[in-house]
This record gives sequence, structure tokens and C-alpha cells, in this order.
Amino acid sequence: MMKIENLKASIDGKEILRGLNLEVKPGEVHAIMGPNGSGKSTLASVLAGREDYEVTDGTVTFNGQSLLDMDPEIRAREGLFLAFQYPVEIPGVSNMNFLKAAVGEMRKHRGQDPLTAKEFLALVKEKSALVELDGQLANRAVNEGFSGGEKKRNEVFQMAMLEPTLAILDETDSGLDIDALRIVAQGVNAMRSPERSFVVITHYQRLLDYIVPDVVHVLYKGQIVKTGPKELALELEEKGYDWIKETVA
Amino acid sequence: MEILDEITGKDYEFGFTTNIESDKIPAGLNEGVIRLISQKKNEPQWLLDWRLDAFKIWQTMQEPEWAHVQYTKPDFQAISYYAAPKSKPKINSLDDLDPEMRKTMDKLGISLDEQKRLNGIAVDFVMDSVSVATSFKEKLGELGIIFCSISEAIQNHGELVQKYLGTVVPKKDNFYAALNSAVFTDGSFCYIPKGVKCPMELSTYFRINEGGTGQFERTLVIADEESYVSYLEGCTAPQRDENQLHAAVVELIALERAEIKYSTVQNWYPGDKEGKGGVFNFVTKRGLCDGYKSKISWTQVETGSAVTWKYPSCVLKGDYSVGEFYSVAVTNHFQQADTGTKMIHIGRNSHSTIISKGISAGKSNNSYRGLVQINPSAQNARNFSQCDSLLMTDQCGAHTFPYIEVNNSTAQVEHEATTSKIGEDQIFYCLQRGLDEEQAISMIVNGYAKEVLNKLPMEFAVEAQKLLAISLEGSVG
Repeated sequence: MMKIENLKASIDGKEILRGLNLEVKPGEVHAIMGPNGSGKSTLASVLAGREDYEVTDGTVTFNGQSLLDMDPEIRAREGLFLAFQYPVEIPGVSNMNFLKAAVGEMRKHRGQDPLTAKEFLALVKEKSALVELDGQLANRAVNEGFSGGEKKRNEVFQMAMLEPTLAILDETDSGLDIDALRIVAQGVNAMRSPERSFVVITHYQRLLDYIVPDVVHVLYKGQIVKTGPKELALELEEKGYDWIKETVA
Repeated sequence: MEILDEITGKDYEFGFTTNIESDKIPAGLNEGVIRLISQKKNEPQWLLDWRLDAFKIWQTMQEPEWAHVQYTKPDFQAISYYAAPKSKPKINSLDDLDPEMRKTMDKLGISLDEQKRLNGIAVDFVMDSVSVATSFKEKLGELGIIFCSISEAIQNHGELVQKYLGTVVPKKDNFYAALNSAVFTDGSFCYIPKGVKCPMELSTYFRINEGGTGQFERTLVIADEESYVSYLEGCTAPQRDENQLHAAVVELIALERAEIKYSTVQNWYPGDKEGKGGVFNFVTKRGLCDGYKSKISWTQVETGSAVTWKYPSCVLKGDYSVGEFYSVAVTNHFQQADTGTKMIHIGRNSHSTIISKGISAGKSNNSYRGLVQINPSAQNARNFSQCDSLLMTDQCGAHTFPYIEVNNSTAQVEHEATTSKIGEDQIFYCLQRGLDEEQAISMIVNGYAKEVLNKLPMEFAVEAQKLLAISLEGSVG
């Protein structure tokens, strides 16, 4: 699915990712944890193709192609989805029109015919139910006036609509209360399949109670310094990151 | 973003000229020219006197310099003040249209027959100085609606024209209005009788074709008591290296309980990417809400012209009268726009709303200038103004000049203003969902302008959306 080798990236001349390696196989759920400033969100941004970051070394292979050579919208159409930590508001643009355009591009890229209005609405109905997003929310402007929880649910809703092969969730649990967390996790779990992989970036073990990962990685100073089974997350929760820092030092 | 300096911009789509034999008088302006225009148009004496008076006034006036725009002043002696297509078709038989003229209309997307008939839009087409065709006249006539060129109105409804011409925008109002009054050659005229709701959109397309000419059209719309009309004007011009002058006057009069909705999609040639050429759009538009509960609503989408100087205004004389101004003004490359409105409250309980959305790209300058004036008689007057500016690059300018004069303590005046730069975060969010950059910008900008675009008649909202996207192609930096 995706293989990252020796990835180095910097912003404004400051190196954040310092030779990161990671391989995600189809159907796997990887959790990436780590202290503040370790490079978690940078990794998400670099993979999605944000231009603020400069990739200075390394390769990323995504479904057999070089991901870093693709424009951001091509990465998206090839099946890479990023659930943003801070989803932006786009005033005046209805969620519906936005998704319709996005779904249209995805389908065009895959050589599929556009959905009819009826098919599209049926899809919206089916997918919005996954995250218990009521119909009204779908008709409002993209994220405008949404609560923190609504924004995150909307991200998962969009993911469900776009059916990516690799979804990166960037701190999707931040700012969520326990009910919203459960709903978001439920949406993600419903989408798990042998062909679809997830990279779940989080600070806290809590989310991983709901979205159970196959592998847990610890990111520190721009490198993956420890990899383990799901129990690693519990250990981190208990001991904090200091013992990892000491091990690395 | 990488495309910082990559200001490509789509070429102006309407930059063609039409080869039609033209009756064009030599350049220059003096009393003789005005007499000649009046004579060519077979005008009554009162109008000639009116023109000559305006010319005298104009000669004493100075070209205004207070607007936030810079340009080389036109040489008024180098302009030809009258150009008419020689083979002027007779209005009632559209089949007799000069084929070249017909092609022009097709290119502009104006078909004067079936297509618009189905859409239910009546069209008046003004090329250079004269109105060449008006559709749907008979059907409107059955309702007593007069919709024709102002030249025809002068011939056939002289008393109405004489009664209202210059009552909202007096000859001495400003430099360009005085000039227009002296030399106007054509324009549209519309009269909606008492109690009649006009069943279709009325529309005028203005087109400058000849080189070295100015276009000075005069539009007069009168809505009699309890009538309603929705009116739309569109404007395009060929691509020329020289600057062309367009100095129009539009006067609207709404009597008791009448409503006029006036929409403009202005796409005059804006000049090239280096700022060469383009139309100077110096226009005076004003509406008079003359009676109780009368209402005038201006909606404008301004994407064209090299320099725009334009303030569609409302004089709210009637008690409980309502004035509205909804505007989207886009400037790109080296365009300059100084536009806004004036809401003059005189009547009691008069209300006004101003929604202005400026979008600046390239190295352009976009200014909102608006006056809200509450006179002592305007008991309980209300105004709400919202002026937003969106910047697409860091080389463009957005300016807001609000003037508020309140002379009645019962008035409520609200003003809100915001300025924002188009968000790279917003664009990236769209890209991440698989949209390309052009789609992303078009979506964000249309969302931003939605409040105003929603006010346009349906048929033109789509056109306006496309126009916005085209005007801003490749403009983010």
C-alpha cells in the first residue's frame, strides 16, 4: 500500500522529519503516537502534499507509484485521504456541492460515470448515517459554524463518501467528547476492509480503545523510534514518553 | 503557493470586432457636433436645447479626481461622439438583421429569437451609439409596457421622456453626467404602467464596436404605481490598445409601491495583462424611490473595465421606501475599481441595505466607497452595510471608504467590514478532496460572493459565476 523510506522534510529551513521509515500494508491500521513537536502532523501534511514543507530526501511509494511526484489533488484522486486536525470553513459553499464536486473528480479519475443526483443523494444518506450526521448539516456551508465534534464527524463523513484506499487521521480525537469520539470511531471501523489502510495519528491511547490498531509506532524527533503491538499504546499511556526519550538518547 | 507570479489569466472572450459599415462622425466636441447628433436623430427642439444647456454646464466643470484611481485623462476632442451601424435594421423584423450583426449577437450569446423567447427575456441590443434591435415588443405592448430604445421613446413617447429625463441625475450632477446629457446617443427606455407586474426579465446588451468612439448611453426606467420590473444589462467591448470611454447615465424612478430590480453584469474589456487598453467606465446610476413603499434594488457583478467609477445609488424619498445595493466587484492584473453606493434617506421609516464584496487579484486596486446619509426628515431610518474584501495576492489593494452622515437621532445605522486573504488552507483543503486549483478558487470565490449572486435573476447567476471564475483564473499568489 504505502512504503516510506528515509523521508526527510523541513519547513522554513528547519528539519522536522529526519529519515522516517514506515510500511503500511493493505487492510492494516497503524497508530502513530509521540510527544508534541515530534513531527506527527508534519508527516500527515507531507504525505498529503502541502507545499509549505520541503522534502529533502527519501521516497514514498503509494500503490506502486511515487507519491511525492504527484500533485496534491492527484494524490487524493489516487486514494489518499487526510482527515484534517483543523478542518477549514469555506463560507457560502454548501457541503453538498463541495462533496458532489469531489466525488465527481474521484469517479472521473477512476473512469467511472458520474453519479446521478438520485444516486448521489442515496450515497449521502447512507454515509452520513455512519457518523450520525443529520441531513441538515450536509446542507450547511462546509464546516461553517460547525462545533469541533461536528467538524470531525464531517471529516469522517467525507472520507466515507470518497472511499479512499489510505486514510490518514490527524488527531481526529482532539477536542472530542466521549460520545463524539465513539461516533467517529464507529464510522472509521465501519470502513475497515482488507483493501483499505489507516494511519491514525494521536496523542492519546483513548482513541485506540475504539479504533484498535494492528501496529503502534512512536515518532520522536522526526523518526520512528519504537514499533510494537497495540499494547505499546497502553504502555505509553501509563509511562508517558520520557522512557522512550531516554532510550533514544 | 507555487503559482505566485504565474498570473496567466484567460484571454478576454469578447474581444472581436464586427465588420459593419458604420456612419461615424469625425472626432471632436463642440456645439456643432451636438446639433449634428440631434439632427441625425431627428430630435425635438426641447431636447436639443437640453443638450446644449448640458454642454454649457459641462464646459465649466472639472473632471473629478477624488476617486482612488489613476489614469490618463481622456482627450475629449479625440473621441467620435456618434457611430451608427449604417444598415440599421427595422426593429420588428429581426430576420432583416445584417448578418454580421447577427453573428455579433451570436458570439455574445444573445439570440433575439427562440432561445430567449423560451427563457422569457426581452432584449434590447445597443451597438456603439444606437439601439439595433428590441425583442418581444408586441407582447409587452399588450400590457401597456413600453420597452424600446430611448431614441424611439423620444419620437413616440416624448412627453414621458421629457417629464422624467434628468430628474434623478440632473445635468449638472457631475462631469460625466453633464457630458452624457450633452452627447448621449442611445440607450434603453422602459415604462411599466400602473399595477402591472412585468412578466419577463427586460435586458439590454451594450456593445462598443467602433474604434476611437465613446459610448454614452442613457437609460430611463419608470415604474408607475404598484408595478414591478426586473431589468438586466450586460456589457462587452472589443480588445483595443487604446482606452475607450464609456460614460452612461441610468435613471430609475419608482412611484408608490412600485419595485425596480436592476441587475448589471459588466464585462467591458479590462485591458491586457500589462494594463494596456481597456474601457474607462465612468457611469452615473441613480434611482429615486419617489413614493410610499417604493423599492429599488441594484445588483451588480463588475468584472470588466480598466477603470471603473460607479456608484449606483438610491434616493429614498418615499416613506417606508427601500433601497438595496448588492455588489461583487472583481479586479485583476492592473484594473482599478472605485465603486459603491449612496443611500440618501429622506422619507420616514426608509430602509437601506448595502452588501459589497470586493475581490482583488494581480496588481489591481479595488475600492468600496459608500455614503449613507440620513436627513432630518428621515424619522426611524435604518441602514445596514456590510463591506467585505477578499485579497487573492499580496500585490493587490483593497480599500474601504465609508461615509456616514446622520442628521436624525432616531436612525439606526450599522456598518460591518472585513478584509481577508484567500486562504491557502481553504485551497489545500479542496485539493486534498481531489479538486484542482481552478475549481477550488472558483468554489471559494463563488461561496464568498454567494449572497450577492443569489440576488441575480436565475439565468444570469450561472453566467456571473462563470465570469467570476474566468476573471480570476490563475490569480492566486
